[in-house]
Amino acid sequence: MKIPLTYNLRNLWTRRLTTLLTVGGIALVVFVFAAVLMLAQGVKTTLVSTGSDDNVIILRKSAQSELLSAVSRESAALIETFPEIAADKNGKPLASANMVTIINLHKKKTNDMGNVTVRGVSPEILAVHPEVTIKEGRMLQFGSNEIVVGNAIADEFDGTAIGQKIQIGTNLWTIVGLFDAGKTGFASEIWGDTEQLMLAFNRPVYSSLTLKLKNPDDFETLKTKLSAEQRLQELEPKREKQYFEEQSEFMATFIRALGLVITIIFSFGAMIGAMITMYAAVSNRTVEIGTLRALGFRRRSVLAAFLAESLMLSLIGGAIGIIIASFLQFVSFSTTNFGSFAELAFGFSLTPGIVLGTLLFALAMGFVGGFLPAFRAARLNIIAALRSA
Amino acid sequence: MADTIVQVHDVSKSYHRDSIEIPVLQNITLDVPEGEFLALMGPSGSGKTTLLNLIAGIDRPNNGSINVAGTNIVQLGESALAQWRSRHVGFVFQFYNLMPVLTAFENVELPLLLTHLSKKERKEHVETALNVVGLADRIHHYPKQLSGGQEQRVAIARAIVTDPTIIVADEPTGDLDKKSADEILLLMERLNGEFKKTIVMVTHDPRAAERAHKTQHLEKGELIQ
Repeated sequence: MKIPLTYNLRNLWTRRLTTLLTVGGIALVVFVFAAVLMLAQGVKTTLVSTGSDDNVIILRKSAQSELLSAVSRESAALIETFPEIAADKNGKPLASANMVTIINLHKKKTNDMGNVTVRGVSPEILAVHPEVTIKEGRMLQFGSNEIVVGNAIADEFDGTAIGQKIQIGTNLWTIVGLFDAGKTGFASEIWGDTEQLMLAFNRPVYSSLTLKLKNPDDFETLKTKLSAEQRLQELEPKREKQYFEEQSEFMATFIRALGLVITIIFSFGAMIGAMITMYAAVSNRTVEIGTLRALGFRRRSVLAAFLAESLMLSLIGGAIGIIIASFLQFVSFSTTNFGSFAELAFGFSLTPGIVLGTLLFALAMGFVGGFLPAFRAARLNIIAALRSA
Repeated sequence: MADTIVQVHDVSKSYHRDSIEIPVLQNITLDVPEGEFLALMGPSGSGKTTLLNLIAGIDRPNNGSINVAGTNIVQLGESALAQWRSRHVGFVFQFYNLMPVLTAFENVELPLLLTHLSKKERKEHVETALNVVGLADRIHHYPKQLSGGQEQRVAIARAIVTDPTIIVADEPTGDLDKKSADEILLLMERLNGEFKKTIVMVTHDPRAAERAHKTQHLEKGELIQ
């Protein structure tokens, strides 16, 4: 039988100031740790949710992003004839030939210049991405110099209201609508007519081609066909989700790595704090430990009791840290995504995996901080402990 | 003639301080019959507490054997000795040694957590023990809410709750005023007389020793007959 947990809990409560300070230290570290994971997850969630399960993106082989890719008009026309591609009620394939470039706009808050992705799209774009809807104004008229802007762009950048004009390439473009792309990467884009944008930039080729499959399982068939077709050898299909996930990888990894290094350094402070608290607890309760041992409680029970006390401290700290971090979900900001070199608006995203990982991290701190003091408590000589009264 | 419950045979004990060996007990042989109330007296440093600790199994002799209720406790390993203590020894300390964060009930319940009794059975045992010491009305009080005499009575309840083979008491009245000390001694006499508990008590106080059946004196680590 073990020493009852109420013994530990009440001891924590008895020295509540020390408990509070230690818990506070752990909570701070856990907060930073959770925030980093939430940020990395936020980038990933934003970009991954940009892709759809049944969409395929065609890029030039080895192109790491749409900016570095080129798809010729002939290749695009050939691919659009593949029967695996879904069609609208008029039999027109649901495909959007994209031209992607970057322009500079002034940020509202800082007046600094920020990179913004401009995407040329085909008239089928809203059918290819039905999750995108026109929120205000109307959809652009294809064949004209009209553009629509994503919700995050309208929030972040100056001169992006409906009716205003923006210089893109050699022409001035009129904003006629605001589209809602939720929390996806599209929300940080400006969309115009591919053909018009290609003229403005004097580009002969598309950047990429997005297709909607009749059936998501047709991807492998499409891939096989593409690799068998002599004229399409320079191209490569990717599931859209996978493509955007790859786009998030570098930035998410960077945030995670930088954040983890900082948190690990912080965690040493928290662990030393927990260790000092627990050493003090053992030292103040030497007679109690001697008494428990005299009554017949074994060394391992004493070890477990003090370790449990340290784990309780860290668990309380961990829970508080996560609760505070969860409020970050209401915060959203934008920064340059290394994958596309353009502004990407994203938020902190809390998942059950992060909650679990963070609590385990807190418990690990409690274990490391509490083990040596608990070990010392368990090794105390009964006679010496009783004499310290 | 009662059976012998404690047999201490040719026991010696010394401590090391730096490289100097300090002998504490020398060739002690002592028998305690079942149901005895034995007082160990002697000046400070005579080794009486060490002898009590050896009988209680919280210290080990350098040589000799100690048999309590048929077990040579000198041969027991650390864990086995801990288990043995929980079953056979009830401790009463000079400064009561109650857990300050636990109530009277929870303090008395502690040794029972080492048994296989159910929660309900533990509750019954604790209430009985607290009744015996006359503290049934203080069951949910914390030690700091009790007087010194009451704290010692809770400690005695903790010592008897498992119905141990022997009760060892180290200066049980050392921290109490005369009135409380008398109450504690009366209670110990009752435990011995009414409940037939074997008690070994270390004391400085001759009035406390008078309550015992028998008094053994120690001086410089040896028993004086």
